[in-house]
Amino acid sequence: MKLIAAMSGGVDSAVAAARAKEAGHDVIGVHLALSKNPQKYRSGARGCCTVEDSHDARRAADVIGIPFYIWDMSDEFHSNVVENFLAEYARGNTPNPCLRCNEKIKFEAVLDRAQAMGFDGVVTGHYAQTRESKDGKLLYRAVDPAKDQSYVLAVLNRDQVQGAYFPLGDTVKDDVRLEADRRGLSVANKPDSHDICFVPSGNNASWLRERLGSTAGDIVDESGNKLGEHQGAYTYTVGQRKGLGITTPTASGEPRYVLRIEPVTNTVVVGEHNSLAVHDVTGERPIWCGPAPEIAHSYEGFLQVRAHGQPLHCTYSWDGTEVKAQLLDPLFGLAAGQAMVMYDGDRVVGSATVKSTS
Amino acid sequence: MQRVYLDHAATTPMVAEAISALVDQSAKLGNPSSLHTSGREVRKDVEEAREAIAKFAECAPSEIIFTGSGTEANNAAIKGLFWSARESNPKRKVIVTSPFEHHAVMDPIDWLAVHEGAEVVHVGVSSDGVVDLDDVKRIIEARADEIALISIMHSNNEIGTVQPISEIVQIASEKQIAVHSDAVQSFGKVEFSFKNLGLTAATLSAHKIGGPLGIGILILKRGLEITPVLHGGGQERDIRSGTLNAPAIVSFAAAVKKVHSEFLERNNRVRHLKESLKATLNEKVSDIRFNGRSENSLPGILNVTFPGAPGDALLLLLDAENISTSTGSACSAGVAQPSHVLLSLGLSERDAKSSLRFSLGHTSTDSDVAYLGSVIGKVVERARAAGLK
Repeated sequence: MKLIAAMSGGVDSAVAAARAKEAGHDVIGVHLALSKNPQKYRSGARGCCTVEDSHDARRAADVIGIPFYIWDMSDEFHSNVVENFLAEYARGNTPNPCLRCNEKIKFEAVLDRAQAMGFDGVVTGHYAQTRESKDGKLLYRAVDPAKDQSYVLAVLNRDQVQGAYFPLGDTVKDDVRLEADRRGLSVANKPDSHDICFVPSGNNASWLRERLGSTAGDIVDESGNKLGEHQGAYTYTVGQRKGLGITTPTASGEPRYVLRIEPVTNTVVVGEHNSLAVHDVTGERPIWCGPAPEIAHSYEGFLQVRAHGQPLHCTYSWDGTEVKAQLLDPLFGLAAGQAMVMYDGDRVVGSATVKSTS
Repeated sequence: MQRVYLDHAATTPMVAEAISALVDQSAKLGNPSSLHTSGREVRKDVEEAREAIAKFAECAPSEIIFTGSGTEANNAAIKGLFWSARESNPKRKVIVTSPFEHHAVMDPIDWLAVHEGAEVVHVGVSSDGVVDLDDVKRIIEARADEIALISIMHSNNEIGTVQPISEIVQIASEKQIAVHSDAVQSFGKVEFSFKNLGLTAATLSAHKIGGPLGIGILILKRGLEITPVLHGGGQERDIRSGTLNAPAIVSFAAAVKKVHSEFLERNNRVRHLKESLKATLNEKVSDIRFNGRSENSLPGILNVTFPGAPGDALLLLLDAENISTSTGSACSAGVAQPSHVLLSLGLSERDAKSSLRFSLGHTSTDSDVAYLGSVIGKVVERARAAGLK
């Protein structure tokens, strides 16, 4: 097959490209330039987007022995990922930009372009697996639970899954590093990236404050009593306990947690841990990674709401518009805008954007 | 299969004579600035090379200053002429230039604007890629006393148009204004005579004509002293310090002699190939446009807009077919920026980003063009499907 390997300059995508080449595919390495003004050097735990990273990707391609190019996706990235991230925060939601990037950049803009140019698909270093079935390729968790990235890939629709190649899904990270070293890839010991790549400082709150301004507002309890003030509601996360700066204790002496953010009134609502309990989750704009579930049919499966969160037993169904999941045991703290991902065992069924919880 | 190389304007294969000269000279011991026999012997080789190149460039040997690259020669000329002019008269801070210079001219000028208070004035250019002489006249008449220098390329590296340097020098010389011209693409391809043009300074480079990388020339009018960029041992009229790169210099001269000996034959053949490339593209691909006028142009450069087909996709697909081309000058390659040259001709950003430069050279053949013709239709179709973002 003819494949485009998206190479960030990190160890995973380098080994993924090498494996695809070794499997006999015709592979071309592409580094995505996602910033108009990339910084020269990596700093902190960022794993892509600097000139140094594109150099690392180029050197990995040299070692693997594949052609290498840089594709400028900075406009698409800015409008689809960065602006969306800001807009969602301004709306009081908690978006995950990595999902958005996979959906709109790596497996939409890049895959579409690759296919138009005569390539069969896109190889990435994500930890996830695909398996052939009578319904085409289906998406599964990686074997390494600690690195599994199926959550952030659950935004791929069925067609996108057909064009996605994840050569690392059957391997644990430590072995990928050893393999990189064995293959002579200089990125073998490059640190993992953790933070959001376009927030260079790693400090989301101050990055958001710089761009969205800081409008002070009230911190209130569930009955609407003012308990304190905040300097910008979007710097709070549902479930957050620390840094609320509230001096009056609760009647029971329990600590307070952020329950929700109300952007219209610029209010942060806090309450006791019990109030964070979520039994039912409603999501909108579902994306099905394989065949869509039957409408109004109830399925047993698992729900995951964070990239490395626990899979939780649930039943789920959809009515053609909204997805509803009922949890067997409650989860604590879930914000609108987060992605809910449904699993059938290890298979990723699909995802939806959390609209409301109860 | 063998690679079809259509990027001779980026760099061109070294000629055999230049390779052997480089290798042979590398085996010779001696710093050309040393006073003993070993040094003198290498110095003799360097001076013979200087004379050979001067003969072909039609300048005095003493007007040749060897540098490490064309970029360095441009920096030395532009910064040196600017600093010297400003020192003699603080009012002289204006640099007149074209909007489609190579980065090696544009960027030192921008640097002077940011750091040294230079004011940059761009002359107008026509949509077919030629400097507007009336505009040059107007600017010189209006600001003669403030102009530190004029720097306009002899021919454009992306579209191949030859500029009216002789006329510009004539207008400028009436007001005693220094004119520098980057002749890196012209030298060896079209007639270039430093003496006949009457320039103050010009830039040449070896690797564009079959010589080695890492050697350039600043031709600087005899007797003119300019402020150096590099300070050190005082080589090259105190304008470019640094040990002379004798092997590269001797190899440069060997390439020059080779070009000299077959100048007309080589360039007519290349021009003929370009015409055949143009006809092939017209035949195989619909709706294309050629950028820059074809009369009075470099023999080997053909710049083509393929509307709707991103240049970086074209480059990748051609590369996969074993054909090397360029989306612009090699320096801005990497992340594809729209060419400032094409933008200055009035192309939209979309069209500028859907353009490719094919450049032919001394090793190009009919079969190169035929092979390109056999794949270009499919390549453009796919690139157009990939579309512009």
